[in-house]
Amino acid sequence: MPEKSAIIAEAARLRALFEQAGAVPVETAILQPAATLLDLYGEDIRARAYTTTDALKGEQMLRPDFTVPIVEMHMAHGAEPARYTYAGEVFRRQEDDPERASEYLQVGYEVFARDDSARADAEVFALIHRILEPLGLRAATGDIGILMAAVNGLRTTERRKAALRRHIWRPRRFRALIDRFSGRAPVPESRAALLAMDDPMAQAGPLIGLRDESEIAARIAALREDAKAAPISDAEVGLIDAILAVRETSLDALKQLRDIAKDLPAISAAVDQLAARLEALEGQGIDVAALHFEASYGRTQMEYYDGFVFGFTAEDRPDLPPVATGGRYDALTRRLGQGREIPAVGGMIRPGLALALGEAR
Amino acid sequence: MSVKLGVPSKGRLMEKTFQWFGERGITLSRAGSEREYAGQVAGIDGVELILLSAGEIPRELAAGRIHLGVTGNDLVQEKLVGWNAHVEAMAPMGFGQADLVLAVPSAWVDVGTLDDLDAAAAAFRQVHGFRLRIATKYHRLVREFLRDNGVADYALVDSQGATEGTVKFETAEAIADITSSGDTLRANHLKVLEDGLILRSQATLFRARQAEIGDADRAILAELLSRLQVS
Repeated sequence: MPEKSAIIAEAARLRALFEQAGAVPVETAILQPAATLLDLYGEDIRARAYTTTDALKGEQMLRPDFTVPIVEMHMAHGAEPARYTYAGEVFRRQEDDPERASEYLQVGYEVFARDDSARADAEVFALIHRILEPLGLRAATGDIGILMAAVNGLRTTERRKAALRRHIWRPRRFRALIDRFSGRAPVPESRAALLAMDDPMAQAGPLIGLRDESEIAARIAALREDAKAAPISDAEVGLIDAILAVRETSLDALKQLRDIAKDLPAISAAVDQLAARLEALEGQGIDVAALHFEASYGRTQMEYYDGFVFGFTAEDRPDLPPVATGGRYDALTRRLGQGREIPAVGGMIRPGLALALGEAR
Repeated sequence: MSVKLGVPSKGRLMEKTFQWFGERGITLSRAGSEREYAGQVAGIDGVELILLSAGEIPRELAAGRIHLGVTGNDLVQEKLVGWNAHVEAMAPMGFGQADLVLAVPSAWVDVGTLDDLDAAAAAFRQVHGFRLRIATKYHRLVREFLRDNGVADYALVDSQGATEGTVKFETAEAIADITSSGDTLRANHLKVLEDGLILRSQATLFRARQAEIGDADRAILAELLSRLQVS
């Protein structure tokens, strides 16, 4: 790794480039309220973020990313449209890989704009693409919105769709749900026994804790309803699988997805959005014929990115994390906005990695 | 210098450890009074017995301050990140068996599996406005287990003892704790999820991978391990 002073200088250089592109520089606190982050990311964030406490503010986390505080800042008093840039340290606990950095700098560019999201997606990607061009990195793109649209378009109960949407970023549980809802996985014995009982609570014994009998009854009713619902058809499962398997250059991917949309019209709008984005990217000078697209890209690490996603990696250094990542996070603004929302897309570069790779060339 | 052996400092775990070594010709005993945490070793020269809390033995092994240590593999796996890089499990010792399990109220007739727990957690959060709480002292093991199994919308709350009581006390909705027979769980109206076994644990003899050791001590350690028939 280069000297820290050199990394800070590189961060300043990158932030100046983002300012030239029209972004307003902003700062955020390093100590962030843990409650907000836990609410968003769940208990998993504790494995990734440093937690500390004080008697007045309660549990705090050392900023694990900039996106959440910037969205909060924008939702509280931002004018629209808005472009922001930031540079600063983030902190990540490393439980598995001692080689990965537990603190490093990020420099980011975020766009909040209601009109023409394809153009905003292309603007963010192309800007970072231009800045990183000398490093010869491999760009990968994806779009979580297409899988989301496919789930919404399934001919099944709203409850099943909600369960699938909830686990869209947890591929293993998502697959288990698909298997169960399509009748591929057997009904667990305990579930079958429960459904066969007239009065399941009769033998239940004393009920302790906060979760009360009405909540148990509501879930049993939901399970009974689910047992009566027709399984998701093999054809529809096949279409979900086909979407997840799309891994092509962008124009070929678009062609494949258009074919899938003939059988699953619910994804048409999301595929149109992909087409509009590719057009906008081409307008920004990106060679879309060579640009890689994976429908399942970003599904495991990029929770709350619910549309376009991208990453830049050094192909000859698979040991390194991506030099830059980003995407669209409309859902995050919905969660943090308490009833309000604004379409948002952004990306960040790790100046330390960019500098190290630049020196190596 | 000497080869340092860390052993739990009290209770059945200590007695069983002494017995296990005794059966292999190495006599361990407390020095002096019942209250003194120093020990004696007979049957081999150059081995020093250090009596420690079972919970501290993983840390002492990782730091290389003891060469061998007896503790549960649950504690080693909870407390040491990448435990395999720090210690080597030399021999399971056949006592101190306990399972780390996930348990919910028996009256939750609708929850038998992790899949059910996940669905119940989602509904619980909507009704109560906070995430379903799981009381445990094994934060890392439980979190990893639930992440691997794709369970969401839960929160871990710390419980260092009497964990089975937290549900009745309404400071948690479910628990993850060590159980050997399941009696305590049943007495507290809790049941283990069908796929809720997080880890099987028993007392285990561990060797520190990174402890400094001179040539003389290395020979003593080899001799000790061969007498224990674990090398």
